[in-house]
Amino acid sequence: MTQTRKPSDPKHRTREPKTPSSSSSSSFSTSGMKLIVPLQGVVQGRGGLFLGTLIPCALFYFLQLYLKRRRSGFNNPPSPSSTSSPTLPRTSSRSNLSTRGSISRVRVSKLATLVAKPDDSLYYLGLEKVSQDPYDASENPNGIIQLGLSDNKLCLDLIGKWVSRNLEGSLMGSSDDVTLSINGIAPYQPHDGLGELKMALSDFMQQVMGESVKFDPSNMILTSGATPAIEILSFCLADHGNAFLVPTPYYPGFVRDVRWRPGVDLIPVHCRSTDNFNLNITALEQAYSQARKRGVKVRGILISNPSNPVGNILTPDVLFSLLDFAEEKNIHIIADEVFAGSTYGSDKFVSIAEILDSEYVDKSRVHIVYGLSKDLSLAGFRVGVIYSFNHTVLAAAKKLSRFSSISAPTQRLVASMLSDKRFIQEYLETNRYRIQQVHDKFVDCLSKLGIKCAKSSAGMFCWADMSGLIRPYSEKGELELWEKFMSVSKINITPGSACHCIEPGWFRICFTSISFEDIPLVIERIRRVVESCKSSS
Amino acid sequence: MALGNIKSTHQLLSKIATNDKHGENSPYFDGWKAYETNPFHPTKNPQGVIQMGLAENQLSFDLIEEWIRNNPKASICTPEGVDNFRHIANFQDYHGLPEFRNAVAKFMSKVRGGRVRFDPDRILMSGGATGANELIMFCLADPGDAFLVPCPYYPAFVRDLCWRTGVQLIPVQCDSSNNFMITREALEAAYNKAKAHNINVKGLLITNPSNPLGTTVDRETLKSIVRFINEKNIHFVCDEIYAATVFNTPTFVSVAEVIQEIEHCKRNLIHIIYSLSKDMGLPGFRVGLVYSYNDEVVNCGRKMSSFGLVSSQTQHFLAAMLADEEFVERFLKESAKRLRLRHEYFTKGLEKVNITCLPSNAGLFCWMNLRGLLKKHTFEGEMVLWRMIVNEVKLNVSPGSAFNCSEPGWFRVCFANMDHETVEVALKRIRAFVGKEIGVERKRWKSNLRLSFSTRRFDETVIMSPHMMSPHSPLVRATT
Repeated sequence: MTQTRKPSDPKHRTREPKTPSSSSSSSFSTSGMKLIVPLQGVVQGRGGLFLGTLIPCALFYFLQLYLKRRRSGFNNPPSPSSTSSPTLPRTSSRSNLSTRGSISRVRVSKLATLVAKPDDSLYYLGLEKVSQDPYDASENPNGIIQLGLSDNKLCLDLIGKWVSRNLEGSLMGSSDDVTLSINGIAPYQPHDGLGELKMALSDFMQQVMGESVKFDPSNMILTSGATPAIEILSFCLADHGNAFLVPTPYYPGFVRDVRWRPGVDLIPVHCRSTDNFNLNITALEQAYSQARKRGVKVRGILISNPSNPVGNILTPDVLFSLLDFAEEKNIHIIADEVFAGSTYGSDKFVSIAEILDSEYVDKSRVHIVYGLSKDLSLAGFRVGVIYSFNHTVLAAAKKLSRFSSISAPTQRLVASMLSDKRFIQEYLETNRYRIQQVHDKFVDCLSKLGIKCAKSSAGMFCWADMSGLIRPYSEKGELELWEKFMSVSKINITPGSACHCIEPGWFRICFTSISFEDIPLVIERIRRVVESCKSSS
Repeated sequence: MALGNIKSTHQLLSKIATNDKHGENSPYFDGWKAYETNPFHPTKNPQGVIQMGLAENQLSFDLIEEWIRNNPKASICTPEGVDNFRHIANFQDYHGLPEFRNAVAKFMSKVRGGRVRFDPDRILMSGGATGANELIMFCLADPGDAFLVPCPYYPAFVRDLCWRTGVQLIPVQCDSSNNFMITREALEAAYNKAKAHNINVKGLLITNPSNPLGTTVDRETLKSIVRFINEKNIHFVCDEIYAATVFNTPTFVSVAEVIQEIEHCKRNLIHIIYSLSKDMGLPGFRVGLVYSYNDEVVNCGRKMSSFGLVSSQTQHFLAAMLADEEFVERFLKESAKRLRLRHEYFTKGLEKVNITCLPSNAGLFCWMNLRGLLKKHTFEGEMVLWRMIVNEVKLNVSPGSAFNCSEPGWFRVCFANMDHETVEVALKRIRAFVGKEIGVERKRWKSNLRLSFSTRRFDETVIMSPHMMSPHSPLVRATT
């Protein structure tokens, strides 16, 4: 091919092949440029220099733009859900980005351009709207009530009391307590977590999961929250462009944790209300084979158990089937068990670790994510756990935890708190009781309004069926209802589409960020919308 | 049932988990292992390895301790402060506590002598400076893009800037003929060579004050660098984590000041990395900060800070401490004074055995010139000497090759992470070692004055021969 006068697109030469779409669009621009030059030579002889260069260049440029636009329409990750719900924009994958806008201004990375855009996910939009107009009983009674963040505020008083009883004097403890002095917490610490905190956490996890399984501190890597834990595991278990299977509906934040920087795709495995949104192994098989047909390499299954947003618990049977499936396909399982301690129903939570104990399986493919944001209400402290039996994963995760280490004073405070086993036992019981109280009351009030919830045994939310209130029965109708809740009754709840639910009309309503006494106020606001929907039908 | 043999397990994991692009197989980290297996203790293990490879500031803990005792409200773990507990424990907003950001903005301004103001809304959190450097790369560069980095540079940049991001580093050659200063020529040469290889240069990253040199970049050179990146339309990331460790003139000049003085400066290209690990001596707190003048970077980086948020307990505490202006001023002055005294004591101690260091005015380390002790003036010779120092002299110092230095014989030695007695022990050991080496090798040393340069074979990035650079450029003469 002839040499071009323009420097060839460097991206084409140096980037490793990612998804087919991105590399082909840039290679097209290169080949487009390569075609213009000889064409110039041909036309020059007839129409003069000006016409000879300008017109073919212009034609090629517009053709290129047109084809690029068309191609970006095909770039959406092919997933079954997108065909059934085309109206709400989904978070685009990394490969989806066109570089057109970057020509005229300073270029940041493609990822930054994607991430910096205002969020189109209603999960994040809702959080933003609340932050602009947050409800406060005295200061802003007409503000938006936050029911879209699974924050547990029910038992913070217990923790506050413990803290004031146990760490009097200073941040560092009393001056003769050397371990808590500044020399103990200011310098560099092991970045995968202090040994004493790992031990305290392994005991805590054992307590939380009903004493039925022991956790080994040497299988732990600590991270600043469960969010980086999931990201680190994604980096360890999959390459850019690979995929994880994930049952729907799922926590909207998984897209951020798994897709943004690790570049791992999420392939939905749809669960249905007829099964109470429980995982169906047949659906898993189907999703896996469809992915294979498309040439996508599935590296693992990502589950949350107890489930967010539904709140149901995977039975031991399903866990066994999952393990068999993973074994057969030779893939990993990432089990996000952050709500393990927030159970209230009759179903008992069984950790996947317990299943592994009893069955002779390859433990090296199972990785558990845990954290203190939900069960201990310490979201601000950023305490997360990667628990794995795979020593290579642990070694890699240990290095990666450098980027997400827990602040040392917080490690000491939490280790101290967790080692007070009596307090922890009392806390876990009170927490479960209070969650159950609020849950039962809330679900009861909702049913009186004609809104049924999926059966749930854990978590801080109920998964409410509002399909009867939406018109049309589609994502569009769901979006309109969400907007009504936001503007008319000023509550932020999370629509099922943000959780990639295949059935429209389901909403996640978190009830632990309000007090028991506030329930009537919230129900009243919901009632307003319900009435207005019924009257307009 | 799979036997779980290592090979099949390995294949099940990602490339990132199994490659060695984390760069931790370098001698920089090997020395740490030697220390970890046999750490020095004045009474329990006086023959152990003294850690001089960790740039930590332990000289001013007492000031912080005193402040904590006098300000119980800053901690949510006290009766005075516990009222805040509920709000703080639950606060996970990636914007960060407003009072924390305000206090950090004020602190950063104070460190720069009040000559520049910072906007709290442009401050992003991340997991230590390590997390901050990685975060800015994710925001600015795509996999395969490159960043220019002047040599010698902090070894862990390979991990922080390249490992997960897929970015590559292009070294910019600097050498001792002009005290390793960054020259316009060196920048141009590195940039052009990258372009010739069709590598997309996205930006330039410098540490100022420099690690490992301990020097600050002067105003004119900094301006020239800013003009360079403006012309090439590439980003400029200034890692200023050692800003408050400047203990001598020349005064520290931040990029934030310089951009105020340059006409038509594209501020969208300017980003600062900061942290409290070095200046305040609080690396355990994991406070990394990115300050960007680019709105898109701020929006993206803020969302990405979810992967490395600073604990709200720590934010709350620091918000109170950094807002205490009187304390901050006193701390900065006293900390700088102690660093200066320690630096003087150490360098004078080295001079007694004719070991010189690069003249420096900042940092927690010296860039020690041990070229005279090399048996062979090659990087192999440097490794031989380094192993002797670690294994026989029992000091963990860091060899220049780990920093991608173009000349063998330079070593970084940290002096601020120990008490005075340990410094004395270290100096004694050095004196004994040098005396022995000079005595035995006197004849061989005299005949070995012919120096040899070897091209760098350190890593997989573009290899630059030192011969390409002209350290005697007119620009250098004009600025020095």
